[in-house]
Amino acid sequence: MTNGWTDVANADVVLVMGGNPAENHPVGFRFVLEAKRLRKAKIVCIDPRFTRTAAVSDLYVPIRSGTDIAFLGGLIHYAVSNNKYQRKYVELNTNASFLIAEGFGFSEGHFSGWKDGKYDKATWQYELDGQGYAKVDPTLEHPRCVFQLMKTHYSRYTPEVVANICGCTAEEFVKAAEMITIAAAADKSGTVLYALGWTHHSFAVQLIHAAAMVQLLMGNIGMPGGGVNAQRGHANIQGSTDMGAWNTLPGYLKIPRANHENLADYLKANTPKALRPNSLNYLGNTPKFMTSLLKAYYGPHATKANDFGYDWLPKVEEGADHSWGTFFDQMHAGKMDGLISFGMNPVANGPNTPKMIRALSNLKWLIVAENFETETAAFWRAKELADKEYPQSLKADDIQTEVFLLPAACFAEKDGAFVNSSRWLQWKEAAVDPPGDARRDQDIISDLFHAVQDLYAKEGGARPEPLMNMQWNYAKPQRPLLGEVAREVNGVDLETGKQLNGFGELKDDGSTACGNWIYSGSWTEAGNQMSRRGQGDPTGLGLYPQWAWSWPANRRILYNRASTDSAGKPWDETRAPLRWNGKRWTGDTPDYKADAPPETMAPFIMLPEGVARLFAPDLVEGPFPEHYEPAESPVDNSLHPTVNANPLLRTYNSDMDHFGTAKDFPFVAITYRLTEHFHYWTKHTSSSSELQSNFFVEIPEELAKEKGIANKTLVRVSSARGKIEGPALVTKRLRTLKVSGKKVYQIGLPIHWGFVGKVHGPLINNLTPSAYDPNCGTPEYKGFLVNVEKIG
Amino acid sequence: MIVAKLIDTTLCIGCKACEVACQEWNDQEYTMGTFDGSYQTKPELEANFWNLIKFNEVEKDGATSWLMSKYQCMHCADAGCLAACPAPGAIVPLANGTIDFVHENCIGCGYCITGCPFDVPRLNATTKKAYKCTLCSDRTAVGLEPACIKTCPTNCLTFGERDELLRMAETRTGELKADGFADAGIYNPQGVGGTNVLYVLKHASEPEQYGLPKDPVIPWTVSLWKGPMKWMGTLMFWGTVLGAFFHFVIYGPQDPEKHGHPEEPSDKS
Repeated sequence: MTNGWTDVANADVVLVMGGNPAENHPVGFRFVLEAKRLRKAKIVCIDPRFTRTAAVSDLYVPIRSGTDIAFLGGLIHYAVSNNKYQRKYVELNTNASFLIAEGFGFSEGHFSGWKDGKYDKATWQYELDGQGYAKVDPTLEHPRCVFQLMKTHYSRYTPEVVANICGCTAEEFVKAAEMITIAAAADKSGTVLYALGWTHHSFAVQLIHAAAMVQLLMGNIGMPGGGVNAQRGHANIQGSTDMGAWNTLPGYLKIPRANHENLADYLKANTPKALRPNSLNYLGNTPKFMTSLLKAYYGPHATKANDFGYDWLPKVEEGADHSWGTFFDQMHAGKMDGLISFGMNPVANGPNTPKMIRALSNLKWLIVAENFETETAAFWRAKELADKEYPQSLKADDIQTEVFLLPAACFAEKDGAFVNSSRWLQWKEAAVDPPGDARRDQDIISDLFHAVQDLYAKEGGARPEPLMNMQWNYAKPQRPLLGEVAREVNGVDLETGKQLNGFGELKDDGSTACGNWIYSGSWTEAGNQMSRRGQGDPTGLGLYPQWAWSWPANRRILYNRASTDSAGKPWDETRAPLRWNGKRWTGDTPDYKADAPPETMAPFIMLPEGVARLFAPDLVEGPFPEHYEPAESPVDNSLHPTVNANPLLRTYNSDMDHFGTAKDFPFVAITYRLTEHFHYWTKHTSSSSELQSNFFVEIPEELAKEKGIANKTLVRVSSARGKIEGPALVTKRLRTLKVSGKKVYQIGLPIHWGFVGKVHGPLINNLTPSAYDPNCGTPEYKGFLVNVEKIG
Repeated sequence: MIVAKLIDTTLCIGCKACEVACQEWNDQEYTMGTFDGSYQTKPELEANFWNLIKFNEVEKDGATSWLMSKYQCMHCADAGCLAACPAPGAIVPLANGTIDFVHENCIGCGYCITGCPFDVPRLNATTKKAYKCTLCSDRTAVGLEPACIKTCPTNCLTFGERDELLRMAETRTGELKADGFADAGIYNPQGVGGTNVLYVLKHASEPEQYGLPKDPVIPWTVSLWKGPMKWMGTLMFWGTVLGAFFHFVIYGPQDPEKHGHPEEPSDKS
């Protein structure tokens, strides 16, 4: 979240789209209801289903799954053409005035530069002056300025076009647009709450970019009650993202590529240069963050002479991808020997379950560290346990994979920090000891580390340095405490031995170590800031700066400098997270130099432009979001029928990757979570299982009538990947949609069940396609095609 | 001081946290249900399930709404269960307005079920005693709010002094009316002398939309039984009990093979 849960109470309009917080974030949803009750905020819920969030909203508009970009594009068009955007804010805080290279354009479904299935991005770049700064037109009139290009791009997205794609009526769209654009007034704020309803698409990153554009046009970024707010689905998934993935190191530093042969190459490629003279370009400090990270990894082994151990980091081939879909595809092709799966249940939560199971069958070994025996740990019994659903699986006797199930402690049996959606690092203590043989994750990892290190010491082996030179400086090396790790993550001054106060103190000469620069300040000499529980609220805005610790720098609202005009005057005096007192910025931790007067620099200090991007050339399939159909769609793309889906859609070509068409699979399916369960986990607990013991298939009333399906009738749902069975829940809450003149029905499929646990049911991902977003590799779990047959 | 529970249905999101809290605090057995074609945990309250969120899909004037409301003992001022109960000390009205069941004194006759216009009490097939929400009398006795109130994440539930809650409910109703919900109002049915569970409803003239009876009253048979005909009813009741006792002494127990209840699947952890 750019803002935080408590801040949602400051909103005048709450757009809930691509999320269902009443069901999936019921505790956070109290702040939505607080805004509604106390500020008379309007809640607008845009969703394929009438959800429990819709039930308490002021306006609900149904849309076809996967058409959110069309809807948001429509909002951009509506705002710009009806002058319902905050002009001054847009001029000051976005790249609307930046000029783009000659030749940029969009036609017939492709942006300029499309050739041989790839984009040459030459025409997507800013036009630079002699000093390397972007040229701008502050009047926003230049035909090649971002504002004009944006206006042209979205001129196609009229209410009628939106309605025709999304399946709502044009009147419903306009009603929603009117309500959402209330926030265009300088003294009004609107928030956007989203979750997996946006990220589970093959154009997910573009979708969130579209939301950011709407929020920038409304002047909502940096404002209390504003922002683009991702509701994270697991207690610590934000922390998991912050600490790195296959393509990022901690703090979102990029993973080195094979062509970055030394640290200087890497830093040259990954340290941005200011694109405007007034841009602070804070990420120009990347060398300090990276060097300190290497010092945290390798300690005294990292020296200036050896590039601080840069060579020991894994490098990824340029253009290579190791995201979920790719490594399971490689596993399926027999190119992987082993997998360690911690707190992850790929058989249940990966798309195309039959392929997941077959892929695991090709491993030599699999280690699963879990609280329970999950479907992944039990994958080799899939045929025996659920042959009806997985006829393609091998018999247990034919699987050679050696499976180790390590009993792992659950969250309440460990201390450490959870990082919530609000970016708050909240430290917790262990409530009880792990039962039986269960061990804490850090103990499992530590034992594994030492065992492999011992093997290297005894037997030698290829590339020993990364492991042998790893700093492991804990009081009891076999049993590191999470407090010790957290102190390393915060960072230390290696000369004085003192904990750092924040990333502002990091150096690139090897004199500081820091495990994650964005967490620097979380455990200072004053102690563990994450365990603070102060309830003071000096701004009166519900920012609670002494409650836990928020990254970065305990800032509660990102980009908060944009909450004032250029002279430092708040857009809304009643909601000012920052004020300039003549010497310093007071209030929230400023997203600005704390003592720099208002007009010193541009407001978005983390971006080389100094302003936010309406036009984002770094995304792979275009600098502006465009509506593409999901990988499987019931209709042609009415904007450009020859380019139906995302041109850079990521798919795989194994013999288990199948796609269907509307001829055989006429209905749009959506998968989702229910309040009653947490993922595939709570089917192991009695209380949640009682609340919702059974899988069901939600079917629109009209379709049920057509097919003679009554409530509770057993139905079969099939896709090109697999089949599942379950009882029907016939509902009015799934409205029949009209798309391109055609009736479209959507089928609702809650996840949560599987073949192990206290309650059983089909794994929904038996149906979902291996289609992925090309920017981030997220699978398209929503908006794929199925058929429904009555069997009961 | 009379205490009460206020349920602001406009803030209920059907999360069922109150259901789990009720089960946990009262140490109930968890039973896995069969699918009943709804999001509801159970079709009705059960002897070991005293707090149920009802989900009502309503279509009116072309608009769909999904009304959620919490269903449990209403703790009536004029309680039908109490009126119907023949066992001294089995149903006890506490000084704070709570209608409490004392199971040692319950004889399992089930008359409280007939007497309740809200269809709340349930007989447990094994213990042969009637059960329902106690307004967490074991918590309120030591100054704690009921478990459901404690756990509600949206402030939809409030516990406190009844008069104060009525004032809050009126304020909230006023807010809703100002927001355009002309039919907003309080559910506090007078047919049972008012209830100590109060609701704020957007559609107060149609409580049936929420699964609440429109004009609940104690059945006339029960009123009669506890009114002028009380001596006769008591005589008849104890006559039946004594008859059954002597039947047992003379003829022995029934054959459990013929009359036993199949064990319900249950799961307790």
